[in-house]
Amino acid sequence: MTVVLNQSFTGISIGAVLLLIALGLTLTFGQMGVINMAHGEFIMAGAYTTYVLQKSISSAGASLLVALPLAFLVAGAMGALLEWLLIRRLYTRPLDTLLVTWGVSLMLQQLARDVFGAPNVQTAAPDLLTGNISAGGVTFANNRLFILGLALLCVLGLTLVLRFTPLGRRIRAVVQNRDLAEVSGIATGQVDRITFFIGSGLAGVAGVALTLVGPIGPTMGTNYIVDAFLVVVVGGIGQLKGAVITAFALGVLQSVLEYSTTVSVAKVGVLVAIVAFLQWRPQGLYTLRTRSLA
Amino acid sequence: MSGEVLKGEGLTVRDLRVTFDGFTAVDGVDLDIRPGDLRFLIGPNGAGKTTLVDAVTGLVKATGSVRFGGDELLGKPVHRIARLGIGRTFQTATVFEELTVLQNLDIAAGAGRGPLTMLRRRTGVPESVTKALETTGLTELRDRPAGVLAHGQKQWLEIGMLLVQDVQLLLLDEPVAGMSHEEREATGELLQRVSAERTVVVIEHDMDFMRSFARSVSVLHAGKVLSEGTVAEVQADAKVQEVYLGRVSEPEPAAVPVAEEA
Amino acid sequence: MTTTLTRLRVPGAFLLGAVLLLGVAPLALSDFRLSLFAKYLCYAIVAVGVSLAWGRGGLMVLGQGVFFGLGGYAMAMHLKLTDAAATGEKLPDFMQLYGTSDALPWWWEPFANPFFALAMTVLLPMVVAGVLGFFIFRRRVKGAYFAILSQALAAALSIWLIGQQATTGGTNGLTDIQGFFGYSLDDPVNQRMVYFIIAAVLLLLMALARQLFVSRYGELLVAVRDSEERVRFLGYDPANVKLVAYVVAAGMAGLAGALFVPAVGIISPALIGIVPSIGFVIGAAVGGRASLVGAVLGAIAVAWAQSTLSDAFPAAWTYLQGLLFVLAVGFLPGGLASLWFVLRRRRTRPTPVIRTEEPVAVTVGETA
Repeated sequence: MTVVLNQSFTGISIGAVLLLIALGLTLTFGQMGVINMAHGEFIMAGAYTTYVLQKSISSAGASLLVALPLAFLVAGAMGALLEWLLIRRLYTRPLDTLLVTWGVSLMLQQLARDVFGAPNVQTAAPDLLTGNISAGGVTFANNRLFILGLALLCVLGLTLVLRFTPLGRRIRAVVQNRDLAEVSGIATGQVDRITFFIGSGLAGVAGVALTLVGPIGPTMGTNYIVDAFLVVVVGGIGQLKGAVITAFALGVLQSVLEYSTTVSVAKVGVLVAIVAFLQWRPQGLYTLRTRSLA
Repeated sequence: MSGEVLKGEGLTVRDLRVTFDGFTAVDGVDLDIRPGDLRFLIGPNGAGKTTLVDAVTGLVKATGSVRFGGDELLGKPVHRIARLGIGRTFQTATVFEELTVLQNLDIAAGAGRGPLTMLRRRTGVPESVTKALETTGLTELRDRPAGVLAHGQKQWLEIGMLLVQDVQLLLLDEPVAGMSHEEREATGELLQRVSAERTVVVIEHDMDFMRSFARSVSVLHAGKVLSEGTVAEVQADAKVQEVYLGRVSEPEPAAVPVAEEA
Repeated sequence: MTTTLTRLRVPGAFLLGAVLLLGVAPLALSDFRLSLFAKYLCYAIVAVGVSLAWGRGGLMVLGQGVFFGLGGYAMAMHLKLTDAAATGEKLPDFMQLYGTSDALPWWWEPFANPFFALAMTVLLPMVVAGVLGFFIFRRRVKGAYFAILSQALAAALSIWLIGQQATTGGTNGLTDIQGFFGYSLDDPVNQRMVYFIIAAVLLLLMALARQLFVSRYGELLVAVRDSEERVRFLGYDPANVKLVAYVVAAGMAGLAGALFVPAVGIISPALIGIVPSIGFVIGAAVGGRASLVGAVLGAIAVAWAQSTLSDAFPAAWTYLQGLLFVLAVGFLPGGLASLWFVLRRRRTRPTPVIRTEEPVAVTVGETA
């Protein structure tokens, strides 16, 4: 029984990391249809932001707290810049954005190598987050709990923004009918940029969280990016709840498979499960249904 | 002239229903379209006209029954329905813009081709394609990429593609939208020629066009068939005048129409 | 309208290519450079398939590394087994090192047979592509989803290979391959023979792809790329049309992987994961995805640039590579080949047919 519980917690914490990374993608990929491969490098930017802060502020706790908003801004600014420079020219060719942003991602990785060096670096975690909590025979690592909480907080925040603010209404309007939104007086270009800013900013926040569970390095984004896209693929487009459910489901599936087989077999198993799932729901878990041909 | 020899199959729709997330777009439609008919489907926006065509061609899921010849269509995938001899066009002309007019028509003619024919290069022009080029008046433009055609010409190309596909039933979604007066006339005459040998169903908003060319009319309103008959019968129907024609044809005296029925 | 000259243009170009590849290159290049060139030609073979599936079919094939790897491993397994047999060993060297048992794993056994192994280099990728493509295309999974799933497959295969060190060589892959069907690969003469085989296969596959491009199937494939739904209403099943292109491209990538092994002497997970998989399409993108010759030349050029520059200036090369992606795909979607068409258009009638998702440089000029 404790094995099951422990394994579920591992799965949930894998899911929380996935969710945090995929959350930004639900905006940029899910809402806008852009396949931004440089999303992984925005995660990296968030992680390096934490690293730099910790060098200037010696307190691990304070630097982590400052890093969260700062990483959001840094990664968000990078995203908005990318949108302005390249992506807005490519909205009609979503598949090509994948390759273009992959090129950007290669350059950003090299930039990180040139600035911070090729080897991975580490940050110290605040004392509060290094321990464990045990309850009913199950051990909860504090840093994992923190990530879970952060992920849920981000989901909550994003939901509130999308649902209750004028900005959120504009974002949803543009997603559902770009032309109509435009003739209704919404500056769609501006909305696109802000959406991209938020989506990329969330990647930065994910980057901060990842410093708690792993090393920081130029290629850290590549390790997560495809999994994060899979979350959005399975979750479906246009709704956060799909991503939330999927992230945790894939996390638990992964951890169960890892427990019963090996990490590498688990990867293949998850992929097979995803293809099988798409047989049932080719558009993902949730989708906006329209009559249009496209 | 109305043709004793009617070719093609008829379409029989019974209790057709289509629901999108709780919204009923088509709500129990019955339709009988005889072979060789040139039927217009009219109705206000949101009446369910396009959805009805979507359901018949397999694009959306529906309940009820749609029979064409001896076959039940509901539940069949789109390309199987197409192979039974049902073709359609869309509100916005969709032709393969990168291919020439000839290539467009050749593809339309080829759904039954075997793998060996497919892997060979096209040599010569199939007879059905030559005929369709003549019928639609596109012979001169056959080597042009379809993307450079004028709007009306694209619509004609689409109709031509249905002809070489040798469909027995053509479902046309607003074929004259955005056309000039001359283009409308030409399209109307084209439809009359086509319906000599096949069954044609046209979704249309343009009342003048409908009066000039329809053989029969069904009026849809809120997902149901409100009225059915000849143009005269439909226009005389009080219910129709109330929901639809009444407003549209207000400037004209109520009994105007139909003198020109050939 | 078709003068003798234009009718001879394609066979003429083909003959010129054959002379360059089979005559000039082997004479002009040293043994070392020729074997490097053989490696580039393997990438060019992959690009032939990419041009078909992506350029013509619009399928974003970002998992070609998987098929390249399957072909490569199938070939390498056979060669490792014959190498081991030649020295009287029962197991390939790495298995003696990392293996847990004295017996050959059952799935290695049939690869001792050369005919089986050769068939598998092509069939295995085609079957995997067939199964995956069947399930994905049948359910009309979106193009973006397909691209992501392809990448995930590439990641999964390379992670799986790394995890099975005892039977696949793990991260190292299958290395140090000595012989090729009885010929020692240390002998430069045999290396040249391998080059000739690769060049001949490339020419053959280009001829095959060219036939597919100009056939009715090729026209249909373009139609599916431009408006899948419309094709369905004409009575075709677009899933099958796409499946053929995807499976053929996979077979070509598999063959390329198989030929890569004797040319370079190694196959490893690092050659087939996400990064190299995306690398396989960039050459085609730079040269011109929809143009067969463009894609092949682009693949050769990018591979050449990579191996020439990446050792000397690793950082600069990475920036350049990134810039190539951005510029070629973002601003010249028709690739360098589209420049050629732009120039040609001034003299001859417009040549249609090449387009990405939106009208770009290569589309016909008359409306403008």
